[in-house]
Amino acid sequence: MDTLEKLKDNLQKGNSEQVSTLTKKAVEEKIEVRAILDDGLIAGMTVVGTKFKEHEIFLPDVLLAAKAMYAGMDILKPLMIKEGIPTVGRVVIGTVHGDLHDIGKNLVGIMLKGAGFEVIDLGRDVPAEKFIKAAVESNANIIGMSALLTTTMPVMKKVIELAKEKGVYDRVKIIVGGAPLSEEYARQIGAHAYCYDGVNAVDRVKEFVKKK
Amino acid sequence: MIEIVDISIGKVVPSLDDVLSEQGIRDLSLASERTRLLAEKSIADFEKFANPVGIIRKISNGDFKLVYHGEGKNESDTPLDLVYPKASALSLFAITLGDDISKRINAYFDKNEFAAGSMLDSAASAGAELSADYVESHFRKKLSKKGNYAKSTGVMRFSPGYCGWHVSGQRKLFEYLHPDKIGIELNDSYLMKPLKSVSGVMVAGAYQIFEFEDNFPFCAECSSHSCIERIKSLADK
Ligand code: B1M
Repeated sequence: MDTLEKLKDNLQKGNSEQVSTLTKKAVEEKIEVRAILDDGLIAGMTVVGTKFKEHEIFLPDVLLAAKAMYAGMDILKPLMIKEGIPTVGRVVIGTVHGDLHDIGKNLVGIMLKGAGFEVIDLGRDVPAEKFIKAAVESNANIIGMSALLTTTMPVMKKVIELAKEKGVYDRVKIIVGGAPLSEEYARQIGAHAYCYDGVNAVDRVKEFVKKK
Repeated sequence: MIEIVDISIGKVVPSLDDVLSEQGIRDLSLASERTRLLAEKSIADFEKFANPVGIIRKISNGDFKLVYHGEGKNESDTPLDLVYPKASALSLFAITLGDDISKRINAYFDKNEFAAGSMLDSAASAGAELSADYVESHFRKKLSKKGNYAKSTGVMRFSPGYCGWHVSGQRKLFEYLHPDKIGIELNDSYLMKPLKSVSGVMVAGAYQIFEFEDNFPFCAECSSHSCIERIKSLADK
């Protein structure tokens, strides 16, 4: 097994230390940073996502793999910046104003990072204006909003209206998720996609970025 | 009278099954050794960081009518509308696990210990439900002491945000119960802080008063339909 195969394999097993060591080894072997990322780390996480979707593995396995991915990224990130390697896309994510639930949003952010996206996490209780400001300033491709109560869902609509008003809506895709949401609600408020979990969010966001 | 209920942590520690089931692992045998260890660790963390406490207040049917009406946003027909007028006793309740456990969950996420954070979140969610169960059994014991709990009496809990009771009902419930006495605050979106908190009403009455069907229009959006299980278990108790 070559280094990238080993990297991919250890990532799937959630062996953070091994992933860190193997990422360093791959860099020392002068394997291109893009290849280490795409064929090692992201490839490993893609397998993990698929296995999760097919119920072959459970959430803890996915999260251990994500931690390993982060360990690898800690090594690659400075090199990516140095070499000007762009990420797959940039996502601004947060839990909407009035809502303090953030585990779901965190899980989605972790999965997106695992898929190679740059994630700007605004945290929880995020006012509408902050989503738009962050998306404009960071030139994000995606805005992702999470809400866990029916009473905080209307903030999502407010963000979308503001995005339209500020001319952001046509160039940034807006995804929404959270327990009380539905495909229908997302459509009603003009979100580009409703995502039922982190893996689904990765799939939807990938589609958007590919289409661009 | 408002009563603060001390909840002994030992009574509300979730089992391995409880935690794993919150993680979507319904069959313990499917969990890997590593996952089991994470779940065991989350239970140990729960014992260390959860500070469960409850508050209850008896309420008359007339007063509950006002509390239940809340801000006038409930669905027009709800199970509670059918049940509470026939209740022999009603008590509002709230429980919380406190903020330390949420801080611990966040600390895990901050350290990239996502699996440990998510597992502890599951343990806390299960523990919050068990704390509500504990307060319910406390209520039942109180009723029996007073001789108000015949064999054919059952208790069922209902919470704002479920079964057609709009979550904005939290405001009136808080005005009557004062969960701030146990450290629970309500924000403008009707969210309780600490997060791992539960509120609602406990309804006591003859089994027959709870015999409703899960065919209200909003039942279509419910993913659990746990009411049916709960009604059945009343008769089994
Ligand atoms: C940007 O793109 C994206 C894409 C995907 C995105 C996304 C963003 N954001 C989320 N996703 C998606 O991906 C994530 C990862 O898979 C997922 O994120 P989630 O955050 O949904 O998932 C978490 C990782 C795990 N899921 C959860 O933690 C929530 C699960 C359910 C069962 C739930 C639980 C466990 C709890 N609760 Co309660 N609780 C429910 C939930 C019903 C359900 N079936 O989901 C919900 C959220 N609760 C509800 C209610 C009403 C309440 N709860 C309460 C309490 C509790 C517990 C304490 C018992 C417990 C923990 C709460 C917590 N979150 O810490 C109360 C409120 C607590 C508070 N602090 O104010 C209380 C108000 C009840 C009461 N009166 O006491 C309902 C809200 C609906 C409403 N009316 O607003 C509810 C939907 C249940 C229902 N009625 O069906 C997806 O949604």
